[in-house]
Amino acid sequence: MLRFVVRRLLQAVPTLLVLSILLFAWLRSLPGGPATAMLGDKATPAKIAQLNQVLGLDQPIYLQYLRFLRRVLTGDFGNSLVSGDPVVEEIGRAFPATIELSVVALIIAVGLGIPLGYLAARYRGRMLDNVTVVGTLVGVAVPVFFLGYLLKYVFANTLGWFPPSGRQAVDIDATHVTGFFVLDGMMTGEWDAAWDALVHLVLPGLALATIPLAVIVRITRASVLDVVNEDYVRTANAKGLAPGTIRGRHVLRNALLPVSTTIGLQTGLLLAGAVLTEKVFNWGGLGSLLAEGIDRKDYPRLQALILLAAFVYVVVNLLVDISYAIIDPRVRVR
Amino acid sequence: MTSLLNIRRRRVDELAETAEGGTSLTVDALRRMARNPVAIIGAVIVAVFVLLALFAPWIAPEDPYTPFQVLKDQLRADSIPGPQPGFPLGSDEFGRDFLSRLIVGAQQSLVVGVMATLIGLAVGMVIGGLAGALGGWVDTLLMRLTDIMLSVPSLLLAISIAALARHPSQWTVIIAVAMVSVPIFARLLRGSMLAQRASDHVLAATALGVRRRTIVFRHMLPNSVGPVIVQATLTLATSIIDAAALSFLGLGDPDPARAEWGLMLGNAQRYLDVRPELAFYPAVAIIVVALGFTLLGESMREALDPKNRR
Repeated sequence: MLRFVVRRLLQAVPTLLVLSILLFAWLRSLPGGPATAMLGDKATPAKIAQLNQVLGLDQPIYLQYLRFLRRVLTGDFGNSLVSGDPVVEEIGRAFPATIELSVVALIIAVGLGIPLGYLAARYRGRMLDNVTVVGTLVGVAVPVFFLGYLLKYVFANTLGWFPPSGRQAVDIDATHVTGFFVLDGMMTGEWDAAWDALVHLVLPGLALATIPLAVIVRITRASVLDVVNEDYVRTANAKGLAPGTIRGRHVLRNALLPVSTTIGLQTGLLLAGAVLTEKVFNWGGLGSLLAEGIDRKDYPRLQALILLAAFVYVVVNLLVDISYAIIDPRVRVR
Repeated sequence: MTSLLNIRRRRVDELAETAEGGTSLTVDALRRMARNPVAIIGAVIVAVFVLLALFAPWIAPEDPYTPFQVLKDQLRADSIPGPQPGFPLGSDEFGRDFLSRLIVGAQQSLVVGVMATLIGLAVGMVIGGLAGALGGWVDTLLMRLTDIMLSVPSLLLAISIAALARHPSQWTVIIAVAMVSVPIFARLLRGSMLAQRASDHVLAATALGVRRRTIVFRHMLPNSVGPVIVQATLTLATSIIDAAALSFLGLGDPDPARAEWGLMLGNAQRYLDVRPELAFYPAVAIIVVALGFTLLGESMREALDPKNRR
C-alpha cells in the first residue's frame, strides 16, 4: 500500500514540473513579454528595463527558469496589477469562498447524483429512467453561466426566495474566523449569520452543481447496469441472498468504484465552473479574481491562479487514486 | 513464390476488412440508429441547424448588421424595443433586427464549433496516431504530454491560451477551444489503436510480412476511428458551449457587430434587467444545438458498441 502511494506521489512530480515549464513559457510569450505584462499598459521603457533586470531576463534561459521555479516554490507571484497587493494574499482571501461554494456544489451533485443514477438503473426503461437520462443530457448542454442567470432571474429577481448575489447580507454583523462563512457562524454561535450564508449558497451552489450532477448520474447509472450483469451478482442471487443485501453489498459497492474516480475528475469542472458561476453571482472567490484578472490583463494573478488550479486538480486526483486503492485492492497490483 | 505471397497478402487484407466489420459494422450501426428515436431527434436538430447555418443569409428577413432607424428611435436606457410588425423578435441593444441576428448567428456558431472540433481532431489524431502506431518511447512521451494537458481543467486551459492573444478574435476562441480537445482525441485514438495492435487480423497481417505503413493505414486506423468520430460529434456540442463561456468572460471577439450566439449571450448579460429575451433566445439556441449533437453522438456510440449488437 505504502509503495503504491509513494509511486503515485512520484508520478505527480514530473507532471507538475513540466507544467511549470509550460507556465514559464506561457509567461514569456505573453504580449509584450513578462515585464510589460506585469507592469501593465502604463509601463515606461525605463521601468521595463529595470524590471527585466530585477527578473533576471538578461540572464541565460535556464537560469531564468530556475529563478522562476524558486519564486513559485516560495509563493512569490508578485503583486496584483488591480489591487497592488501580493497575489498570494489575494488568493488566500478569496480561497475559502470558492472552497465553500465548491463543497456545497459537490454535496448537491454527489448527494443527488448517486441515488438518482442508482434508481434510474434499477428502474431501467421506465419513466423515472427516461426522465433522468434526458435530464442529464440537457444538464450537460446548458451553459453554466446561463443557468446561473436563469436561477437568479426566476428565484431571486422574480420570486424573491433567495438573495441574488454575494455571500452574506451586508447588514449582518458577522464575525469571520476562518473565512468559511457558514462555519464561522456555527463556531461563533451566530446562527443568523450562518443561516444567511447558507441561503446565499443555494442558487450558486445549484448552478455549479448541474454539470457534475449530470455526469455523476450518468456514470452511476451505467456502472450499476454493468455490475448487475456480473457473475458474482448472479451467484449471489442464485444462493438466495436477500435482494437488499445484494443491492447494497454486491451491486452498489462495486458500482461506486468508477463513480469515485469521476468525482475526482469533477473538481476540474468545479474549478472552471466556479469562474463562471462566481461572475454571475458576484461571489468574490477565486473565480471572480480570475474573471477580473482577465478583464484587466492582470498576468501575475492569472499565472498564480492557473498554477494553483492545476496543483489542486493534480492533488485531488492523487487523493482519489489513493482512496481507490484502499477501496479496491486490485488497483494496487498494477 | 512472390506472386503466391502477394495473393495471400491480398486475401488477408480482404479478410481483415470483412472480418472486423468494415462496411458491415457501419451499415449495421446506421440501421440501428435509424430505429432509435433518440438518434432521429438528434439528427433532425443537427440537420435543421446545419441548413439554417448554410442558408442563413437568404433566410434572415433583414440585414443583421445595420441598425434600423425605426428601432433606434425606440431605444431608451431602460428599454429595448420588443416584437413589432417587421421585427418578430424585436430589436437588440443597437437597434438591429434580433431575429436576423439569431439566424446568422447559427452560421457563426457552426463555424466556431466545426473549426474548433476539426483542429482539435486533426492535432489529436496525429498525436494519438503516432503514439498508437509507433509505441515505445514515442508513445510514452506523447501520452505524458496529453496527461499534462489534461491536468489543467479544460476551461482554464482555454482561458490561458486565449489570454496569450495580442488581439482577441474569433480565431483565438477557436484555437483555445480546439486545444482543449486535443488530448482527449489523442488518448482515444491511441487506446483503440493499441487494441487493434493486439488483435488477430493485425497479427495475421504482420505474420505475412505486410508493411507497417499498410498495416497502420489499412488495418488499424479504419478500425480505430469509430470512438473518435463519436467523440468528435460530442465535442461539437462542448466546443459551442466553451466558446460561449470564453465570450462571456470577455476573451472572445471584441467586435460587437459579429452575430454569434455565445457572443450575443455574453453581451446580453448587461441588458438582463431590461430585456432578458436577448440572453434567453441565444441560450436556448445553444442548448438545443448542443443537445442535438449530444443525442446524435450518444446514439452513435450506442450503435457502434458491439455489446449492443442484436
